[in-house]
Amino acid sequence: MTVAIRAESLTRRLAGEVPVTLVEDIDLEIRRGECVAITGPSGSGKSSLMYLLGLLDIPTSGRVLLNGLDTSSFDEDRLADVRLRELGFVFQSHFLLPEFTALENVTMPLRRLGENSEAEIRQHGSDLLDRLGLSDQKHKLPNQMSGGQCQRVAIARALANDPPVILADEPTGNLDTASSAVVQQIIRDLAHKHDRAVAVVTHDASFAATADRIIRIVDGRVAPATAQARSA
Amino acid sequence: MIRLLAQVSLRHLLARKRQSVVSLLGIILGVAFFLSISSMMQGSENDFMKRLVDNSPHITIEDEFRNPSIQPAELAYPSGAVQVRRVKPLTETRGVRGFQQILDQIRTFPGLRASPVLAGQALVSSAGKDFALTLNGILPAEYTSVSTIQNYMVIGSVSDLIANPDGIIIGSELLREMSLQKNDNISVAATTGQVHTFKIIGVFHTGRASVDEGMAFVALKRVQALLNRPNRANEIIVKLADANQAQVVATRIENRIGYKSVSWQEASQDLMSTLAMRRIIMYSVVSAVLVVAAFGIYNVISTVVMEKQRDIAILKSMGFHAKDVERIFLFQGVVLGLLGSAVGVPLGCVLMLSLGTLSFKFPGSTDRIYIVMDWGLLQFTMAIGFAMGASIAAAWLPARKASRVDPVDILRGGGQ
Repeated sequence: MTVAIRAESLTRRLAGEVPVTLVEDIDLEIRRGECVAITGPSGSGKSSLMYLLGLLDIPTSGRVLLNGLDTSSFDEDRLADVRLRELGFVFQSHFLLPEFTALENVTMPLRRLGENSEAEIRQHGSDLLDRLGLSDQKHKLPNQMSGGQCQRVAIARALANDPPVILADEPTGNLDTASSAVVQQIIRDLAHKHDRAVAVVTHDASFAATADRIIRIVDGRVAPATAQARSA
Repeated sequence: MIRLLAQVSLRHLLARKRQSVVSLLGIILGVAFFLSISSMMQGSENDFMKRLVDNSPHITIEDEFRNPSIQPAELAYPSGAVQVRRVKPLTETRGVRGFQQILDQIRTFPGLRASPVLAGQALVSSAGKDFALTLNGILPAEYTSVSTIQNYMVIGSVSDLIANPDGIIIGSELLREMSLQKNDNISVAATTGQVHTFKIIGVFHTGRASVDEGMAFVALKRVQALLNRPNRANEIIVKLADANQAQVVATRIENRIGYKSVSWQEASQDLMSTLAMRRIIMYSVVSAVLVVAAFGIYNVISTVVMEKQRDIAILKSMGFHAKDVERIFLFQGVVLGLLGSAVGVPLGCVLMLSLGTLSFKFPGSTDRIYIVMDWGLLQFTMAIGFAMGASIAAAWLPARKASRVDPVDILRGGGQ
């Protein structure tokens, strides 16, 4: 399997009177078709690692390679372009834009990319929502949908530009059990059926157990003994 | 892409309808007031300038020199040790000497019309009433080409003076105050003590009381005789095809003939300064209205930026550039500015039409004065320009703040 994302000696410190180390010397790689769960206690640095992998935050040292491309020298605009094309984010809160319908939210990254006609964009967005079982929710605003439906719209939005890497930060954290199960399955399918590299930060042990690999973060470092492969 | 940013921008504004409408109202009123007030001020200034330029000579050649003439002793011995004092210049008849030759000379300037005038103070008596007036001796045929007095004639014509060398043209106020009518005779006494009886052959009405009761026109020869100044004129009035060239032409005339030549710009220098100051004050006041309105825009966009931190973070995580985010909020300023102008301009036009119907009667004027509005493109351009400038400037600060939002800070905080 191709390595989609690789972190090398990734360290992030916050400067201040008392410097805080969020993550330290992390090496990891995630391959296409693989679903990796990132777990650990609260404040261990899971989300910080996710933001670094997602190029939202700049590491103090170390680097992130996306499809073999070193991103450490990229400026802010280039990083934004990489996020647009190569990465899809799903957060604990769905973070849908409240003034836009489900379809408009989903098509937003495509419209920002601006490489397709408006009709093609709408068709693609519509197909994504259909795939996620939201055919009848396309023209609803986020406040007219349930939490689970909103989270599925957020997943559809993350998939809009067909990125090879999906990063999910507690995607089921705010969902009821039934919705959570649906979202978990969708996320696993993204890796296994759609050949994407998926990293999921989760506190949910049962969700983590279904991942191909678990990376446990403790005090900003990878705890080596806990790394495992589900298929092993 | 621009369409997408515009859409996000508009949805933000529509999500805060009440605040958006209030800030929009500020711009609408600002544009309307700016337009109507600046149009009124510019209109009155234009009208004033038009009257000034039309009714005044473009250049007046006076019977004096700008600098006193140098005495022969000084010319002969410029560095002499002995100063000759109490030199008494030769007493001579005042006035422009050889004005006919001067006229012939200056008429060679292209587009220049000129006419001599001999003006002096006189006292007019009729039925026991005395009134002081300025008696203007003119050559009627030439004078009408350099003056607008013919336009104000209500009885007779300036050219009637040609056929009636003992005729006089007086103002309507003098006629009324002295209970006179056309063809009545009046006695005019000059400062030399000479008295001459003139027949009223024409009446003018300018609307300015000082002119209508204190000015009279007679044939040049008669005034020369009354003032004891044969073959003299004390002014040469010049009109140019292009009034704006007056300053340049006046300098050339003065250099050529020596007599002081005063352009209308020089004669009205104080007035010009006052008008410039008035313009500065006016634009400061009307701009202040828009600045206040801009604070409304700043307020609403700042609030949107504060409330939309989470959306900004998510847009950035999606791949929107910082510039894209800045444009979203700048666009809100542009939209408010454009909408404010689109509604403010028609409202301003209504105000301008209403103001244009108002009239006032001021002391010193015999007629009602209507407010003259300037409907020039410049007024509209400035009003829209100021509105857009104020709106964009007001949006720029929050837009920059929005573009600098660090998505990690917002996402880490849960975005709430």
